[in-house]
Amino acid sequence: MIRLHDYVLSASCYKVRLMAALLGVRLDLEAVDFHPGRAHKSLAFRQLNPAGTLPVMVVDDLVLTESTAMLVYLARLAGPEWLGPGTPQASAQVQQWLAFSGRLAASLGLARLHDMLLYTGDIEALRRDGHLALRELESALTECRFAGHDWLVGTAPTIADIACFPNVALSQDGGVTLDPYPAIRLWSRRVRSLDRFVEMPGIHRLHELRPAPAEA
Amino acid sequence: MITPQVLNEWYPVAMASQIRAGQRRETQLLGIPVTVKMSDGAVAVHGESDSFPVMERFGHVWTCLGSPAHDLFAVPEADQPGRRLVDVGVVRVKCSPLRAVENFLDIAHFPFVHTDILGAEPHTEVNRYEVQIREGSDEVWATKVTFYQPQAAKSAEGGIVTQYMYRVPAPTVSVLYKTCPVMPDAWDVIGIFVQPLTEELCDVWPWMALFDDVTPEAELIAFQQMIFLQDRSILENQIPRLLPLDPGMEIPTQADLSSIAYRRWLKKRGLTYGAQMVAA
Repeated sequence: MIRLHDYVLSASCYKVRLMAALLGVRLDLEAVDFHPGRAHKSLAFRQLNPAGTLPVMVVDDLVLTESTAMLVYLARLAGPEWLGPGTPQASAQVQQWLAFSGRLAASLGLARLHDMLLYTGDIEALRRDGHLALRELESALTECRFAGHDWLVGTAPTIADIACFPNVALSQDGGVTLDPYPAIRLWSRRVRSLDRFVEMPGIHRLHELRPAPAEA
Repeated sequence: MITPQVLNEWYPVAMASQIRAGQRRETQLLGIPVTVKMSDGAVAVHGESDSFPVMERFGHVWTCLGSPAHDLFAVPEADQPGRRLVDVGVVRVKCSPLRAVENFLDIAHFPFVHTDILGAEPHTEVNRYEVQIREGSDEVWATKVTFYQPQAAKSAEGGIVTQYMYRVPAPTVSVLYKTCPVMPDAWDVIGIFVQPLTEELCDVWPWMALFDDVTPEAELIAFQQMIFLQDRSILENQIPRLLPLDPGMEIPTQADLSSIAYRRWLKKRGLTYGAQMVAA
């Protein structure tokens, strides 16, 4: 059994829920009162995760506190193709995007907590850093398209895409628009088109398009 | 527009338990900076030089920047034995406080915004319901509302036809009564208390009084936050940002009965903070 200490509005928790759903892996969710209760900062919770952060994944004796490590665990368990092609270059690129997703959390993610749940922070600096990260992502996705690929690493979706997707798709919640980033919007649509995709508040599923009108 | 009628209403400004635990909340109400904190063992609300009346009810701190025109509305169910009172916590939304209330009254969006939870296609029809302004209390009520819901509440197992009553007892408050999945003869009570920071920005405090002694508190909170945050991204994109009270602005349908009543009620009472009076 894989237990996930979870908060419904957390982008990092959603990252893990999404990966599990795409892989068809069942998670046993344990809701943590992150807001308004701040239960993740309680003594009891810190005995599980001294950093007092969410999510936390527990599988028997294994306790994971970094969402990117959870993606690796789930992919290795149920869908190793999600780890990428496995060449030295591709493996390194996946790691680079996993680390990059931390920058998204530290900019777009915090801007969202500021605007939505009244966290303190220098909102202008957070949004600026968010835009800088989005520009990098936009540029990389455009390069991918030129090379004929739809995804961040290789020709199929990997944990790199899933790691970066949530905070990007939720950027509007923190007052950062995706209007200037067409490659990102196309990529976001691709992620939402994946079989077994699940949404979270602020990330909408793609409602089925109506059939094209018949010719007159 | 800050009319005397707007000034003389009660508004929520904090969660009582957080202030009682020693937190101090620097916030604003109707564009005016206010502080909520403990002072001499009691909750106090003050501005730069004035202090304002304080009411602690339904888990929240309420204040009035003018002279209160009347007592705060009542929710008798809050005192009913066996109910769990749940403070869901604040969420900030970049929208008119009146739009937040109007959205709460709307049923038609359930299948599209709360897909597979509060509604699902093809069950999109809003059946006829009744709306009235109640004499005496001067509240907007919508009754005999029914809707098919795949997961009406955390405690619901499978889809049910949920019955609703909606109520607007104060300009920035709405309270709904809906079928309680585990006690079909009782109503679950859910409210949103909206604090108008400015005409286009508000802090929203959802609150619940439920019959459910099984679901852990964190799950009840998560369920309600999930629902409200699905609304938030819609609310922040509504145009015009102020709620139009000019009937020439939009063409309502049968399903908008409660929204129309709410808008007329606001206009008649001069509660125009967050409203657009003339089409821009």
